[in-house]
Amino acid sequence: MHIVVVGLNHKTAPVELREKLAFPSDTIEEPLRRVTSIPQVSEGLILSTCNRVEVLAVVRDVGEGIKEIRNFLSSHHRVPMSRLDASLYSYDSYDAIKHIFQVASSLDSMVIGEPQILGQLKEAYSLASKHKTSGVILHKFLHKAFLVGKKVRTETRIASAAVSISYAAIELAKKIFATLENKVVMLVGAGEMSELAARHLLNHGVRDILIANRTHSRAERLAKEFDGRPIVFEDLTLFLDQVDIVITSTGSSHYTIRYDDVRRALKIRKYKPLFFIDIAVPRDVEPRINDIENVYLYDVDDLRGVVDANIKEREEETKKAEKIIEREILQFERWLESLNAVPTIISLRERFEEIRKKEVEKTISSMNGGPKIDKEVLDALTSSIINKILHNPVTRLKGRENTRKESYYIDAIRDLFDLEE
Amino acid sequence: MSILFFKIVLVFYLAGTFAYLSYLIKQRPIISTVATAMLCSGFLFHTVSITLRYMEAGYTPITNLYEAPSFLAWAIIGIYLIMQFRYKITVFGSFISPIASILILVSSAFSKEIGPLPPVLKSFWLPIHVVLAFFGDAIFALAFCAGIMYLIQEHQIKSKKIGSFYYRLPSLKVLDDINHYCLTIGFPLLTLGMITGSIWARHAWGSFWSWDAKEIWSLLTWILYAALLHGRINIGWRGRRAAVFAIVGFFAVMFSFLGVNTMLSGLHTYDRY
Repeated sequence: MHIVVVGLNHKTAPVELREKLAFPSDTIEEPLRRVTSIPQVSEGLILSTCNRVEVLAVVRDVGEGIKEIRNFLSSHHRVPMSRLDASLYSYDSYDAIKHIFQVASSLDSMVIGEPQILGQLKEAYSLASKHKTSGVILHKFLHKAFLVGKKVRTETRIASAAVSISYAAIELAKKIFATLENKVVMLVGAGEMSELAARHLLNHGVRDILIANRTHSRAERLAKEFDGRPIVFEDLTLFLDQVDIVITSTGSSHYTIRYDDVRRALKIRKYKPLFFIDIAVPRDVEPRINDIENVYLYDVDDLRGVVDANIKEREEETKKAEKIIEREILQFERWLESLNAVPTIISLRERFEEIRKKEVEKTISSMNGGPKIDKEVLDALTSSIINKILHNPVTRLKGRENTRKESYYIDAIRDLFDLEE
Repeated sequence: MSILFFKIVLVFYLAGTFAYLSYLIKQRPIISTVATAMLCSGFLFHTVSITLRYMEAGYTPITNLYEAPSFLAWAIIGIYLIMQFRYKITVFGSFISPIASILILVSSAFSKEIGPLPPVLKSFWLPIHVVLAFFGDAIFALAFCAGIMYLIQEHQIKSKKIGSFYYRLPSLKVLDDINHYCLTIGFPLLTLGMITGSIWARHAWGSFWSWDAKEIWSLLTWILYAALLHGRINIGWRGRRAAVFAIVGFFAVMFSFLGVNTMLSGLHTYDRY
């Protein structure tokens, strides 16, 4: 029994190719069945997201299995192998386990540490188990992967340092305000970027959004969309005492928010912190306001600096995550190795023999002084009982080799008779 | 016996401080667990040591330069541990444990002999006055640490030079809140400490106020914190300004606590070594 992964991701294939290979989740049953109908394959799972398509399978022979799965990907999507060849990677055994653990921990993601991948992996697993193409090995493997993903998330700060500008801005806001709940945001100028930032902030629970735009009708439209309040553009500085975060992105060629406006507002708001995010080029907010007590101003270049720092911070965390993964692989491999029919049968026999011998000894010693018992007869009797009992299970185990049920039985037997892993 | 326990305390606090400082660099959860365990054990031994000393001496052991810094360190660690279990700001320990260690080291530099208690100190006011004042001081020590952390974090954000402290320290809001809480608890304690002290002074020295060095320095400290409290409540002082005040205030606390007894002389100087 070997675990293999065949697939491609954002590093190896352009988006056009990834699109072609994608498996929509509503029609995944048929491809899942096709994978598991390959004679080499006993269990199968398909992970398909916008950044990766991977087939995860349990196979008997690594070389054959991988070859068949590659052929399946090519034939199912009608993409000639010559086009796929350079983009497809395949891992087996240790490397496959490591790869899936890395995927689950979001170390292999386009944005390292992004949280969605673990959910997507869970979804892929639940589809496979719904269509009964996963068995005991994938079951245990995926649960281990979920655990690893969670562990990496909680024990390292891999997810805490964001590498996109809008995330970096939100992290900064949190370092200033602790929480964004009950904070009020002002959007000045409506561009794609500032709308995106506003949406992020709303997701983090800000209480209210004030929107100012030179074209007032646009401010009204956005206010409706975000459930905020439109304010008159010319009056926006009058509202600075009511808001906590200001995002500016107008196309104006001169400063929209000036030093004196902010100073005045700060006095009225009793020096409560004010955070300006200026994503306009040329800038909307007079840079000097960063000197005012409890006022923080970040423009696009400043935010890029934060992103760079975040990426550097994350590299160190990645090393920590790799260590966690390494430890978990060892554990899982040990379990996987125990799942072979032959050693299981041997240790099952040993376990029975051990019990038999002990009971025979006990009987003989307890008969001291009683009717004499021939030990040979007793041995022959008990041995033949054991052989009779074990005959059926053992032939079943051998006969089911390389079906999904085999590992299921082995795992059950190991558990029921308490055989060492 | 209490001296032996004191030595154990010293070892635990130093080890705890070392662990907390390496946690600041390494950020491994296990290190913070070890650090907390060290500090907790140290605190338990410390409690025992002070209790034993109380029984050996027959008075509240806060009268000389061996007993007083040790008692202050005990109060600081006690309050900090409660705070850590409630608010889970482990990084705070990296700042507070060195202070406790320094106090304990100061303490260990002075004679541990139990001398006869000066007659003027034989009063039930001794524990009341001193414990109130010391707990106030301990809380100002926390405000001092929060202030330092605030200045570091604020500098990182303001100057846009994001370093590793940015990720390790709590948010400005949290640090400023701690400053505020500490002030609202520490200031009344300090005030009560001074009021009880002055009542006792009336009985012991015959006057409520005698311009003794410790009294003057305590008054200065009190004015500093009163100004901060007033600024916070009525003018809206916060953040950097409040942090700077808490830091300066704590230096004044430490001077009226240690400096007065070692450098100046006056009615409060019972201990001359």
